[in-house]
Amino acid sequence: MIARLLHGVPRHALVLLAVVLAILVAAPVFANDYLLTVLIIILYFAYIGQAWNILMGFAGQLSLGHALYVGLGAYTTAALYVHFGIGPWLGMPVAILISVACGAVIGFLAFRFGVGGVYFAILTIAFCEFTRIGFDHFDWVGGSSGLFLPVANYTRNDLLNLRGQPVMFYYVILALTAGAFVMCHALLRSRVGYYWQAIREDELAARSLGINTFRYKMIAIIISSGMTAPAGVFYAFYYNNLFPEQTFFILRSIEIILGPIIGGIGTLFGPVIGAFLLTGLSEALQELLTAYGLDTPGAKRVFYGVCLLFVVMVLPHGIWPPIARLLRLGRRETPEA
Amino acid sequence: MPALLEVMNVSKNFSGLRAVADVSFAVPEGSIFAVIGPNGAGKTTLFNLIAGLLAPDEGSIAFVGARIDRLPPDEVCRRGIGRTFQIVRPFPTLSVEDNVAVGALLHHPNPESAMRRAHQVLLRLDLFEKRRHLAGALTLPDRKRLEVARALATEPKLLLLDEVMAGLRPTETDRMVDILKKLNAESGLTILLIEHVMRAVMSVATRVLVLHHGAAIAEGTPETVVRKPAVVQSYLGAEAV
Repeated sequence: MIARLLHGVPRHALVLLAVVLAILVAAPVFANDYLLTVLIIILYFAYIGQAWNILMGFAGQLSLGHALYVGLGAYTTAALYVHFGIGPWLGMPVAILISVACGAVIGFLAFRFGVGGVYFAILTIAFCEFTRIGFDHFDWVGGSSGLFLPVANYTRNDLLNLRGQPVMFYYVILALTAGAFVMCHALLRSRVGYYWQAIREDELAARSLGINTFRYKMIAIIISSGMTAPAGVFYAFYYNNLFPEQTFFILRSIEIILGPIIGGIGTLFGPVIGAFLLTGLSEALQELLTAYGLDTPGAKRVFYGVCLLFVVMVLPHGIWPPIARLLRLGRRETPEA
Repeated sequence: MPALLEVMNVSKNFSGLRAVADVSFAVPEGSIFAVIGPNGAGKTTLFNLIAGLLAPDEGSIAFVGARIDRLPPDEVCRRGIGRTFQIVRPFPTLSVEDNVAVGALLHHPNPESAMRRAHQVLLRLDLFEKRRHLAGALTLPDRKRLEVARALATEPKLLLLDEVMAGLRPTETDRMVDILKKLNAESGLTILLIEHVMRAVMSVATRVLVLHHGAAIAEGTPETVVRKPAVVQSYLGAEAV
Protein backbone atom coordinates (compact mmCIF):
# COMPACT_ATOMS: atom_id res chain seq x y z
CA MET A 1 0.00 0.00 0.00
CA ILE A 2 2.64 2.50 1.10
CA ALA A 3 4.96 1.33 -1.66
CA ARG A 4 2.21 1.94 -4.18
CA LEU A 5 1.55 5.40 -2.81
CA LEU A 6 5.21 6.32 -3.11
CA HIS A 7 5.68 4.75 -6.53
CA GLY A 8 6.88 7.26 -9.08
CA VAL A 9 7.14 10.16 -6.66
CA PRO A 10 10.52 11.86 -7.14
CA ARG A 11 12.90 11.30 -4.24
CA HIS A 12 13.60 14.99 -3.69
CA ALA A 13 9.85 15.57 -3.44
CA LEU A 14 9.67 13.06 -0.59
CA VAL A 15 12.60 14.73 1.15
CA LEU A 16 10.93 18.10 0.76
CA LEU A 17 7.65 16.77 2.13
CA ALA A 18 9.44 15.18 5.09
CA VAL A 19 11.19 18.47 5.88
CA VAL A 20 7.93 20.45 5.73
CA LEU A 21 6.20 17.87 7.90
CA ALA A 22 9.06 17.88 10.42
CA ILE A 23 8.94 21.67 10.68
CA LEU A 24 5.18 21.57 11.20
CA VAL A 25 5.45 18.83 13.84
CA ALA A 26 8.14 20.78 15.68
CA ALA A 27 6.41 24.15 15.31
CA PRO A 28 4.73 24.25 18.77
CA VAL A 29 8.16 24.05 20.40
CA PHE A 30 9.25 27.45 19.13
CA ALA A 31 5.95 29.09 18.17
CA ASN A 32 4.21 31.45 20.56
CA ASP A 33 0.46 31.31 21.15
CA TYR A 34 -0.28 33.80 18.42
CA LEU A 35 1.78 32.02 15.78
CA LEU A 36 0.24 28.72 16.79
CA THR A 37 -3.24 30.17 16.30
CA VAL A 38 -2.27 31.40 12.85
CA LEU A 39 -0.88 27.98 11.97
CA ILE A 40 -4.09 26.33 13.16
CA ILE A 41 -6.15 28.60 10.90
CA ILE A 42 -3.80 27.92 7.99
CA LEU A 43 -4.04 24.15 8.39
CA TYR A 44 -7.79 24.39 8.84
CA PHE A 45 -8.14 26.16 5.49
CA ALA A 46 -5.65 23.79 3.86
CA TYR A 47 -7.79 20.86 4.99
CA ILE A 48 -11.11 22.25 3.72
CA GLY A 49 -9.44 23.51 0.56
CA GLN A 50 -8.26 19.97 -0.10
CA ALA A 51 -11.80 18.63 0.38
CA TRP A 52 -13.31 21.29 -1.89
CA ASN A 53 -10.60 20.67 -4.48
CA ILE A 54 -11.80 17.08 -4.94
CA LEU A 55 -15.09 18.33 -6.30
CA MET A 56 -13.82 21.35 -8.24
CA GLY A 57 -10.17 20.66 -8.98
CA PHE A 58 -10.46 16.96 -9.73
CA ALA A 59 -14.02 16.51 -11.01
CA GLY A 60 -14.62 20.04 -12.32
CA GLN A 61 -17.83 20.81 -10.40
CA LEU A 62 -17.82 24.28 -8.82
CA SER A 63 -19.33 24.33 -5.34
CA LEU A 64 -19.87 27.73 -3.76
CA GLY A 65 -21.65 26.28 -0.76
CA HIS A 66 -19.09 24.20 1.08
CA ALA A 67 -19.81 26.13 4.28
CA LEU A 68 -22.92 23.95 4.36
CA TYR A 69 -20.92 20.80 5.11
CA VAL A 70 -18.68 22.61 7.59
CA GLY A 71 -21.79 23.91 9.36
CA LEU A 72 -23.56 20.56 9.38
CA GLY A 73 -20.46 18.86 10.78
CA ALA A 74 -20.08 21.55 13.40
CA TYR A 75 -23.72 21.68 14.49
CA THR A 76 -24.17 17.90 14.53
CA THR A 77 -21.25 17.15 16.84
CA ALA A 78 -21.79 20.25 18.97
CA ALA A 79 -25.46 19.40 19.51
CA LEU A 80 -24.68 15.77 20.32
CA TYR A 81 -22.07 16.95 22.81
CA VAL A 82 -24.20 19.63 24.45
CA HIS A 83 -27.43 17.64 24.63
CA PHE A 84 -26.26 14.07 25.12
CA GLY A 85 -22.65 14.35 26.20
CA ILE A 86 -21.53 12.36 23.12
CA GLY A 87 -17.87 13.12 22.38
CA PRO A 88 -16.71 14.63 19.07
CA TRP A 89 -15.03 11.48 17.81
CA LEU A 90 -18.23 9.49 18.25
CA GLY A 91 -20.23 12.37 16.82
CA MET A 92 -17.96 12.69 13.81
CA PRO A 93 -19.29 9.64 11.92
CA VAL A 94 -22.82 10.97 12.41
CA ALA A 95 -21.70 14.39 11.18
CA ILE A 96 -20.04 12.85 8.14
CA LEU A 97 -23.16 10.82 7.41
CA ILE A 98 -25.41 13.88 7.53
CA SER A 99 -23.03 15.90 5.34
CA VAL A 100 -22.77 13.08 2.83
CA ALA A 101 -26.56 12.69 2.73
CA CYS A 102 -26.91 16.39 2.05
CA GLY A 103 -24.16 16.35 -0.58
CA ALA A 104 -25.74 13.32 -2.22
CA VAL A 105 -29.12 15.05 -2.47
CA ILE A 106 -27.56 18.15 -4.06
CA GLY A 107 -25.45 15.98 -6.36
CA PHE A 108 -28.41 13.85 -7.38
CA LEU A 109 -30.58 16.85 -8.16
CA ALA A 110 -27.82 18.49 -10.16
CA PHE A 111 -26.18 15.61 -11.98
CA ARG A 112 -29.30 13.59 -12.71
CA PHE A 113 -30.94 16.55 -14.38
CA GLY A 114 -27.86 17.80 -16.13
CA VAL A 115 -27.35 20.90 -13.99
CA GLY A 116 -23.74 21.99 -14.43
CA GLY A 117 -21.40 24.94 -14.41
CA VAL A 118 -22.83 28.17 -13.06
CA TYR A 119 -26.19 26.57 -12.35
CA PHE A 120 -24.62 23.90 -10.18
CA ALA A 121 -22.78 26.64 -8.27
CA ILE A 122 -26.05 28.52 -7.71
CA LEU A 123 -27.69 25.32 -6.49
CA THR A 124 -24.95 24.83 -3.89
CA ILE A 125 -25.34 28.45 -2.73
CA ALA A 126 -29.10 27.99 -2.47
CA PHE A 127 -28.82 24.91 -0.28
CA CYS A 128 -26.33 26.61 2.00
CA GLU A 129 -28.52 29.72 2.25
CA PHE A 130 -31.74 27.99 3.13
CA THR A 131 -29.93 25.83 5.64
CA ARG A 132 -28.71 29.05 7.24
CA ILE A 133 -32.25 30.40 7.43
CA GLY A 134 -33.52 27.05 8.69
CA PHE A 135 -30.95 26.97 11.48
CA ASP A 136 -31.93 30.50 12.50
CA HIS A 137 -35.25 29.00 13.57
CA PHE A 138 -33.98 25.66 14.80
CA ASP A 139 -34.37 26.16 18.55
CA TRP A 140 -32.91 22.81 19.58
CA VAL A 141 -29.50 24.09 18.48
CA GLY A 142 -30.06 27.60 19.79
CA GLY A 143 -31.57 29.21 16.68
CA SER A 144 -30.16 32.60 15.80
CA SER A 145 -28.85 33.19 19.33
CA GLY A 146 -26.25 30.48 18.81
CA LEU A 147 -25.03 27.21 20.25
CA PHE A 148 -22.33 27.30 22.90
CA LEU A 149 -20.04 24.56 24.11
CA PRO A 150 -19.10 24.61 27.79
CA VAL A 151 -15.69 26.20 28.21
CA ALA A 152 -13.32 26.12 31.16
CA ASN A 153 -9.71 27.06 31.67
CA TYR A 154 -8.08 23.82 30.69
CA THR A 155 -4.85 22.75 32.30
CA ARG A 156 -4.91 19.27 30.81
CA ASN A 157 -5.69 18.15 27.31
CA ASP A 158 -8.66 15.85 26.89
CA LEU A 159 -8.19 14.54 23.38
CA LEU A 160 -11.23 12.27 23.67
CA ASN A 161 -13.56 15.25 24.14
CA LEU A 162 -11.40 17.77 22.24
CA ARG A 163 -11.19 20.00 25.30
CA GLY A 164 -7.82 21.52 25.95
CA GLN A 165 -5.08 23.88 24.93
CA PRO A 166 -4.25 25.17 21.45
CA VAL A 167 -1.32 22.75 21.09
CA MET A 168 -3.69 19.82 21.11
CA PHE A 169 -5.91 21.46 18.48
CA TYR A 170 -2.82 22.17 16.42
CA TYR A 171 -1.83 18.52 16.27
CA VAL A 172 -5.39 17.41 15.55
CA ILE A 173 -5.70 19.71 12.53
CA LEU A 174 -2.18 18.85 11.38
CA ALA A 175 -3.08 15.15 11.43
CA LEU A 176 -6.32 15.83 9.55
CA THR A 177 -4.55 17.93 6.92
CA ALA A 178 -1.74 15.41 6.43
CA GLY A 179 -4.31 12.62 6.16
CA ALA A 180 -6.32 14.58 3.60
CA PHE A 181 -3.17 15.21 1.57
CA VAL A 182 -2.28 11.51 1.44
CA MET A 183 -5.86 10.57 0.65
CA CYS A 184 -6.10 13.04 -2.24
CA HIS A 185 -2.78 11.79 -3.58
CA ALA A 186 -4.10 8.23 -3.54
CA LEU A 187 -7.42 9.27 -5.10
CA LEU A 188 -5.72 11.12 -7.94
CA ARG A 189 -3.74 8.02 -8.88
CA SER A 190 -6.69 5.70 -8.77
CA ARG A 191 -9.20 4.92 -11.49
CA VAL A 192 -11.61 7.35 -9.85
CA GLY A 193 -9.01 10.13 -10.08
CA TYR A 194 -8.42 9.54 -13.79
CA TYR A 195 -12.14 9.46 -14.44
CA TRP A 196 -12.71 12.69 -12.51
CA GLN A 197 -10.06 14.47 -14.54
CA ALA A 198 -11.55 13.15 -17.76
CA ILE A 199 -14.98 14.47 -16.71
CA ARG A 200 -13.44 17.81 -15.75
CA GLU A 201 -11.75 18.14 -19.13
CA ASP A 202 -14.55 16.98 -21.41
CA GLU A 203 -17.63 15.25 -20.10
CA LEU A 204 -18.94 14.07 -23.45
CA ALA A 205 -15.61 12.54 -24.43
CA ALA A 206 -15.49 10.89 -21.00
CA ARG A 207 -18.90 9.31 -21.53
CA SER A 208 -17.83 8.03 -24.93
CA LEU A 209 -15.01 6.16 -23.20
CA GLY A 210 -17.51 4.20 -21.13
CA ILE A 211 -17.43 6.38 -18.03
CA ASN A 212 -20.71 6.62 -16.16
CA THR A 213 -20.24 10.33 -15.47
CA PHE A 214 -23.25 10.60 -13.16
CA ARG A 215 -21.83 7.94 -10.90
CA TYR A 216 -18.35 9.44 -10.73
CA LYS A 217 -19.63 12.96 -10.11
CA MET A 218 -21.75 11.54 -7.28
CA ILE A 219 -18.65 9.85 -5.82
CA ALA A 220 -16.84 13.20 -5.99
CA ILE A 221 -19.50 15.16 -4.12
CA ILE A 222 -19.95 12.37 -1.56
CA ILE A 223 -16.24 12.21 -0.76
CA SER A 224 -15.87 15.99 -0.80
CA SER A 225 -18.84 16.67 1.49
CA GLY A 226 -17.94 13.81 3.81
CA MET A 227 -14.37 15.06 4.04
CA THR A 228 -15.49 18.60 4.81
CA ALA A 229 -17.60 17.58 7.82
CA PRO A 230 -14.62 16.83 10.15
CA ALA A 231 -13.43 20.41 9.54
CA GLY A 232 -16.76 21.50 10.99
CA VAL A 233 -16.24 19.24 14.01
CA PHE A 234 -12.88 20.89 14.53
CA TYR A 235 -14.38 24.35 14.07
CA ALA A 236 -17.09 23.73 16.68
CA PHE A 237 -14.75 22.43 19.37
CA TYR A 238 -12.04 24.97 18.66
CA TYR A 239 -14.24 28.08 18.66
CA ASN A 240 -16.88 26.72 21.07
CA ASN A 241 -19.68 28.81 19.62
CA LEU A 242 -21.81 28.48 16.52
CA PHE A 243 -24.13 31.00 14.91
CA PRO A 244 -26.07 30.22 11.72
CA GLU A 245 -25.36 33.72 10.44
CA GLN A 246 -21.63 33.05 10.63
CA THR A 247 -21.32 29.34 10.05
CA PHE A 248 -23.44 29.12 6.91
CA PHE A 249 -22.60 32.63 5.68
CA ILE A 250 -21.68 32.72 1.99
CA LEU A 251 -18.39 34.47 2.79
CA ARG A 252 -17.35 31.30 4.65
CA SER A 253 -17.83 29.35 1.41
CA ILE A 254 -15.80 31.93 -0.50
CA GLU A 255 -12.98 31.87 2.06
CA ILE A 256 -12.77 28.11 1.60
CA ILE A 257 -12.17 28.31 -2.11
CA LEU A 258 -9.72 31.23 -2.22
CA GLY A 259 -6.81 29.11 -1.01
CA PRO A 260 -7.05 26.42 -3.68
CA ILE A 261 -7.72 29.00 -6.40
CA ILE A 262 -4.64 31.00 -5.50
CA GLY A 263 -2.54 27.91 -4.84
CA GLY A 264 -3.64 26.03 -7.94
CA ILE A 265 -6.94 24.28 -8.61
CA GLY A 266 -6.69 20.56 -9.17
CA THR A 267 -3.22 20.26 -7.63
CA LEU A 268 -2.33 18.56 -4.36
CA PHE A 269 -0.17 21.39 -3.06
CA GLY A 270 -2.42 24.22 -4.25
CA PRO A 271 -4.81 24.23 -1.27
CA VAL A 272 -1.88 24.00 1.18
CA ILE A 273 0.21 26.75 -0.39
CA GLY A 274 -2.85 28.91 -0.93
CA ALA A 275 -3.82 28.64 2.74
CA PHE A 276 -0.28 29.47 3.87
CA LEU A 277 -0.04 32.51 1.62
CA LEU A 278 -3.49 33.94 2.19
CA THR A 279 -3.79 33.45 5.93
CA GLY A 280 -0.12 33.87 6.65
CA LEU A 281 0.34 37.06 4.67
CA SER A 282 -2.96 38.60 5.70
CA GLU A 283 -2.14 38.01 9.38
CA ALA A 284 1.31 39.48 8.87
CA LEU A 285 -0.26 42.50 7.20
CA GLN A 286 -2.68 42.91 10.08
CA GLU A 287 0.19 42.72 12.57
CA LEU A 288 2.18 45.25 10.64
CA LEU A 289 -0.73 47.67 10.48
CA THR A 290 -1.42 47.25 14.19
CA ALA A 291 2.25 47.79 14.97
CA TYR A 292 2.07 51.12 13.18
CA GLY A 293 -1.05 51.95 15.13
CA LEU A 294 -3.37 51.77 12.13
CA ASP A 295 -6.80 50.40 12.81
CA THR A 296 -8.04 49.10 9.47
CA PRO A 297 -10.62 46.36 9.89
CA GLY A 298 -11.17 45.84 6.15
CA ALA A 299 -7.49 45.35 5.30
CA LYS A 300 -7.78 41.56 5.20
CA ARG A 301 -10.55 41.60 2.61
CA VAL A 302 -8.69 44.10 0.46
CA PHE A 303 -5.62 41.90 0.68
CA TYR A 304 -7.62 38.82 -0.41
CA GLY A 305 -8.93 40.81 -3.33
CA VAL A 306 -5.49 41.97 -4.41
CA CYS A 307 -4.09 38.42 -4.13
CA LEU A 308 -6.91 37.02 -6.20
CA LEU A 309 -6.53 39.73 -8.81
CA PHE A 310 -2.79 39.11 -9.04
CA VAL A 311 -3.15 35.37 -9.44
CA VAL A 312 -5.97 35.58 -11.96
CA MET A 313 -4.01 38.01 -14.09
CA VAL A 314 -0.47 36.68 -13.80
CA LEU A 315 -0.79 33.02 -12.83
CA PRO A 316 -4.18 31.79 -14.02
CA HIS A 317 -3.35 28.22 -13.01
CA GLY A 318 -2.30 29.26 -9.51
CA ILE A 319 0.98 29.59 -7.74
CA TRP A 320 1.83 25.92 -7.44
CA PRO A 321 2.36 24.88 -11.10
CA PRO A 322 5.30 27.26 -11.69
CA ILE A 323 6.81 26.25 -8.33
CA ALA A 324 6.43 22.60 -9.28
CA ARG A 325 8.28 23.24 -12.52
CA LEU A 326 10.98 25.08 -10.62
CA LEU A 327 11.43 22.21 -8.16
CA ARG A 328 11.08 19.72 -11.00
CA LEU A 329 8.28 17.87 -9.27
CA GLY A 330 6.78 16.99 -12.62
CA ARG A 331 4.35 14.27 -11.77
CA ARG A 332 0.96 13.74 -13.26
CA GLU A 333 -0.70 15.11 -10.17
CA THR A 334 -0.64 18.60 -11.60
CA PRO A 335 -1.96 19.33 -15.04
CA GLU A 336 0.76 21.81 -15.86
CA ALA A 337 3.70 20.13 -14.19
CA MET B 1 -19.89 -13.23 -42.23
CA PRO B 2 -22.44 -12.43 -39.48
CA ALA B 3 -23.45 -8.80 -38.97
CA LEU B 4 -21.85 -7.14 -35.97
CA LEU B 5 -23.94 -4.01 -36.26
CA GLU B 6 -27.40 -3.87 -37.78
CA VAL B 7 -29.14 -0.59 -38.48
CA MET B 8 -32.78 -1.16 -39.36
CA ASN B 9 -35.08 1.50 -40.88
CA VAL B 10 -33.62 4.23 -38.70
CA SER B 11 -34.96 7.78 -38.99
CA LYS B 12 -34.19 10.96 -37.09
CA ASN B 13 -35.89 14.33 -37.42
CA PHE B 14 -34.73 17.67 -36.10
CA SER B 15 -37.91 19.77 -35.90
CA GLY B 16 -39.00 19.21 -39.47
CA LEU B 17 -35.62 18.42 -40.98
CA ARG B 18 -35.28 14.74 -41.78
CA ALA B 19 -31.59 14.23 -41.01
CA VAL B 20 -31.64 10.47 -41.36
CA ALA B 21 -34.44 8.88 -43.40
CA ASP B 22 -35.23 5.18 -43.17
CA VAL B 23 -31.62 4.01 -43.36
CA SER B 24 -30.80 0.31 -43.13
CA PHE B 25 -27.48 -1.45 -43.41
CA ALA B 26 -25.46 -4.18 -41.75
CA VAL B 27 -21.78 -4.05 -40.89
CA PRO B 28 -20.24 -7.53 -41.22
CA GLU B 29 -17.80 -8.59 -38.54
CA GLY B 30 -14.19 -7.95 -39.51
CA SER B 31 -15.01 -5.45 -42.25
CA ILE B 32 -14.03 -1.86 -42.80
CA PHE B 33 -17.30 -0.18 -43.62
CA ALA B 34 -17.38 3.40 -44.89
CA VAL B 35 -20.27 5.84 -44.88
CA ILE B 36 -19.80 8.63 -47.42
CA GLY B 37 -21.92 11.47 -48.66
CA PRO B 38 -21.84 15.22 -49.20
CA ASN B 39 -21.99 17.71 -46.35
CA GLY B 40 -25.30 17.61 -44.53
CA ALA B 41 -26.11 14.11 -45.74
CA GLY B 42 -26.71 12.94 -42.17
CA LYS B 43 -23.50 11.00 -41.61
CA THR B 44 -22.63 12.42 -38.23
CA THR B 45 -26.25 12.17 -37.08
CA LEU B 46 -26.19 8.51 -38.03
CA PHE B 47 -23.02 8.10 -36.00
CA ASN B 48 -24.49 9.82 -33.00
CA LEU B 49 -27.50 7.53 -33.22
CA ILE B 50 -25.27 4.47 -33.12
CA ALA B 51 -23.04 5.86 -30.34
CA GLY B 52 -26.02 6.69 -28.14
CA LEU B 53 -25.74 10.46 -28.25
CA LEU B 54 -29.10 10.65 -29.98
CA ALA B 55 -32.10 8.32 -29.91
CA PRO B 56 -33.73 7.40 -33.23
CA ASP B 57 -37.33 8.50 -33.86
CA GLU B 58 -38.02 5.31 -35.75
CA GLY B 59 -36.23 2.03 -36.36
CA SER B 60 -33.75 0.08 -34.32
CA ILE B 61 -30.02 -0.50 -33.99
CA ALA B 62 -28.64 -3.86 -32.88
CA PHE B 63 -25.11 -4.68 -31.85
CA VAL B 64 -24.08 -8.34 -31.46
CA GLY B 65 -27.74 -9.25 -31.57
CA ALA B 66 -28.91 -6.87 -28.81
CA ARG B 67 -30.74 -3.54 -29.20
CA ILE B 68 -28.53 -0.58 -28.36
CA ASP B 69 -30.65 2.34 -29.51
CA ARG B 70 -31.73 4.49 -26.57
CA LEU B 71 -28.79 3.34 -24.46
CA PRO B 72 -26.62 6.15 -23.05
CA PRO B 73 -23.21 6.66 -24.73
CA ASP B 74 -21.20 5.23 -21.82
CA GLU B 75 -23.26 2.03 -21.92
CA VAL B 76 -22.80 1.77 -25.70
CA CYS B 77 -19.06 2.02 -25.15
CA ARG B 78 -19.13 -0.66 -22.45
CA ARG B 79 -20.97 -2.94 -24.89
CA GLY B 80 -17.96 -2.68 -27.20
CA ILE B 81 -18.30 0.34 -29.47
CA GLY B 82 -15.50 2.90 -29.40
CA ARG B 83 -15.85 6.23 -31.16
CA THR B 84 -13.90 9.30 -32.19
CA PHE B 85 -15.26 12.80 -32.69
CA GLN B 86 -15.10 14.74 -35.94
CA ILE B 87 -13.95 17.78 -34.01
CA VAL B 88 -11.38 16.15 -31.77
CA ARG B 89 -12.04 16.25 -28.05
CA PRO B 90 -8.83 15.37 -26.21
CA PHE B 91 -8.48 15.98 -22.46
CA PRO B 92 -6.18 18.97 -23.08
CA THR B 93 -4.39 19.35 -19.73
CA LEU B 94 -3.72 15.62 -19.37
CA SER B 95 -0.71 13.99 -20.97
CA VAL B 96 -1.11 11.84 -24.07
CA GLU B 97 -0.57 8.64 -22.07
CA ASP B 98 -3.09 9.71 -19.43
CA ASN B 99 -5.64 10.42 -22.15
CA VAL B 100 -5.28 6.89 -23.46
CA ALA B 101 -5.09 5.38 -19.97
CA VAL B 102 -8.55 6.81 -19.22
CA GLY B 103 -9.86 4.67 -22.07
CA ALA B 104 -7.86 1.63 -20.99
CA LEU B 105 -9.23 1.83 -17.44
CA LEU B 106 -12.54 0.51 -18.73
CA HIS B 107 -11.17 -3.03 -18.85
CA HIS B 108 -8.08 -2.55 -16.68
CA PRO B 109 -9.29 -1.02 -13.41
CA ASN B 110 -5.77 -1.00 -12.02
CA PRO B 111 -4.09 2.23 -13.22
CA GLU B 112 -0.72 0.54 -13.68
CA SER B 113 -2.00 -2.15 -16.01
CA ALA B 114 -4.15 0.48 -17.75
CA MET B 115 -0.98 2.48 -18.38
CA ARG B 116 0.78 -0.59 -19.80
CA ARG B 117 -2.16 -1.14 -22.10
CA ALA B 118 -2.13 2.55 -23.06
CA HIS B 119 1.54 2.29 -24.01
CA GLN B 120 0.82 -0.69 -26.28
CA VAL B 121 -1.90 1.28 -28.04
CA LEU B 122 0.33 4.35 -28.34
CA LEU B 123 3.01 2.24 -29.99
CA ARG B 124 0.54 1.08 -32.63
CA LEU B 125 -0.58 4.65 -33.31
CA ASP B 126 2.99 6.05 -33.56
CA LEU B 127 2.41 8.26 -30.52
CA PHE B 128 4.60 6.50 -27.97
CA GLU B 129 7.41 9.04 -28.31
CA LYS B 130 4.99 11.85 -27.44
CA ARG B 131 3.34 10.07 -24.53
CA ARG B 132 4.41 12.70 -21.98
CA HIS B 133 3.28 15.69 -24.04
CA LEU B 134 0.13 17.50 -23.03
CA ALA B 135 -2.70 16.50 -25.32
CA GLY B 136 -3.63 20.16 -25.81
CA ALA B 137 -0.20 20.87 -27.30
CA LEU B 138 -0.36 18.27 -30.08
CA THR B 139 -0.66 19.04 -33.79
CA LEU B 140 -3.89 18.12 -35.58
CA PRO B 141 -2.59 14.85 -37.12
CA ASP B 142 -1.35 13.76 -33.71
CA ARG B 143 -4.63 14.72 -32.08
CA LYS B 144 -6.53 12.69 -34.65
CA ARG B 145 -4.37 9.66 -33.90
CA LEU B 146 -4.77 10.29 -30.16
CA GLU B 147 -8.52 10.26 -30.67
CA VAL B 148 -8.22 6.83 -32.33
CA ALA B 149 -5.82 5.59 -29.63
CA ARG B 150 -8.13 6.61 -26.82
CA ALA B 151 -11.12 4.88 -28.40
CA LEU B 152 -9.02 1.83 -29.18
CA ALA B 153 -7.87 1.60 -25.57
CA THR B 154 -11.43 0.74 -24.53
CA GLU B 155 -10.90 -2.49 -26.52
CA PRO B 156 -13.95 -2.15 -28.75
CA LYS B 157 -15.35 -4.78 -31.08
CA LEU B 158 -16.45 -1.97 -33.38
CA LEU B 159 -14.58 1.28 -33.90
CA LEU B 160 -16.55 4.30 -35.13
CA LEU B 161 -14.32 6.86 -36.82
CA ASP B 162 -15.83 10.24 -37.61
CA GLU B 163 -13.71 11.86 -40.32
CA VAL B 164 -10.36 10.99 -38.80
CA MET B 165 -8.64 11.90 -42.04
CA ALA B 166 -10.28 15.28 -42.61
CA GLY B 167 -7.72 18.06 -42.50
CA LEU B 168 -4.74 15.73 -42.85
CA ARG B 169 -2.07 16.06 -45.50
CA PRO B 170 -1.85 13.18 -48.02
CA THR B 171 1.17 11.63 -46.27
CA GLU B 172 -0.64 11.78 -42.94
CA THR B 173 -3.72 10.27 -44.56
CA ASP B 174 -1.65 7.37 -45.87
CA ARG B 175 -0.19 6.87 -42.41
CA MET B 176 -3.67 6.68 -40.92
CA VAL B 177 -4.87 4.32 -43.65
CA ASP B 178 -1.92 2.03 -42.92
CA ILE B 179 -2.68 2.04 -39.22
CA LEU B 180 -6.35 1.25 -39.75
CA LYS B 181 -5.60 -1.54 -42.22
CA LYS B 182 -3.10 -3.05 -39.82
CA LEU B 183 -5.53 -2.90 -36.92
CA ASN B 184 -8.19 -4.57 -39.00
CA ALA B 185 -5.87 -7.27 -40.33
CA GLU B 186 -4.06 -8.06 -37.08
CA SER B 187 -6.84 -7.99 -34.52
CA GLY B 188 -9.89 -8.47 -36.71
CA LEU B 189 -11.26 -5.15 -35.49
CA THR B 190 -14.40 -4.05 -37.30
CA ILE B 191 -14.29 -0.40 -38.36
CA LEU B 192 -17.15 1.86 -39.37
CA LEU B 193 -15.94 5.14 -40.72
CA ILE B 194 -17.34 8.36 -42.01
CA GLU B 195 -15.05 9.88 -44.55
CA HIS B 196 -14.82 12.69 -47.01
CA VAL B 197 -11.41 11.86 -48.38
CA MET B 198 -12.32 9.56 -51.28
CA ARG B 199 -8.75 8.43 -51.82
CA ALA B 200 -8.69 7.04 -48.30
CA VAL B 201 -12.10 5.43 -48.60
CA MET B 202 -11.17 3.69 -51.83
CA SER B 203 -8.03 2.23 -50.37
CA VAL B 204 -9.29 1.22 -46.96
CA ALA B 205 -12.99 0.30 -47.14
CA THR B 206 -14.29 -3.15 -47.97
CA ARG B 207 -17.86 -1.83 -48.20
CA VAL B 208 -19.36 1.61 -48.75
CA LEU B 209 -22.73 3.14 -47.98
CA VAL B 210 -23.66 6.43 -49.65
CA LEU B 211 -26.00 8.84 -47.88
CA HIS B 212 -27.72 11.76 -49.58
CA HIS B 213 -30.23 14.05 -47.85
CA GLY B 214 -30.45 11.52 -45.03
CA ALA B 215 -31.30 8.56 -47.25
CA ALA B 216 -29.13 5.65 -48.34
CA ILE B 217 -28.80 5.85 -52.11
CA ALA B 218 -26.24 3.12 -52.73
CA GLU B 219 -24.33 0.35 -51.02
CA GLY B 220 -21.64 -2.01 -52.22
CA THR B 221 -17.91 -2.37 -52.76
CA PRO B 222 -16.05 0.93 -53.29
CA GLU B 223 -15.46 0.18 -56.97
CA THR B 224 -19.10 -0.48 -57.82
CA VAL B 225 -20.50 2.34 -55.70
CA VAL B 226 -18.45 5.12 -57.27
CA ARG B 227 -19.69 4.13 -60.71
CA LYS B 228 -23.38 4.48 -59.89
CA PRO B 229 -24.82 7.60 -61.58
CA ALA B 230 -26.88 8.58 -58.51
CA VAL B 231 -23.73 8.59 -56.40
CA VAL B 232 -21.71 10.53 -58.91
CA GLN B 233 -24.48 13.09 -59.24
CA SER B 234 -24.98 13.61 -55.52
CA TYR B 235 -21.40 13.42 -54.50
CA LEU B 236 -19.44 14.98 -57.30
CA GLY B 237 -22.16 17.20 -58.75
CA ALA B 238 -24.43 16.89 -61.76
CA GLU B 239 -21.86 18.20 -64.20
CA ALA B 240 -19.61 15.24 -63.49
CA VAL B 241 -22.12 12.76 -64.90
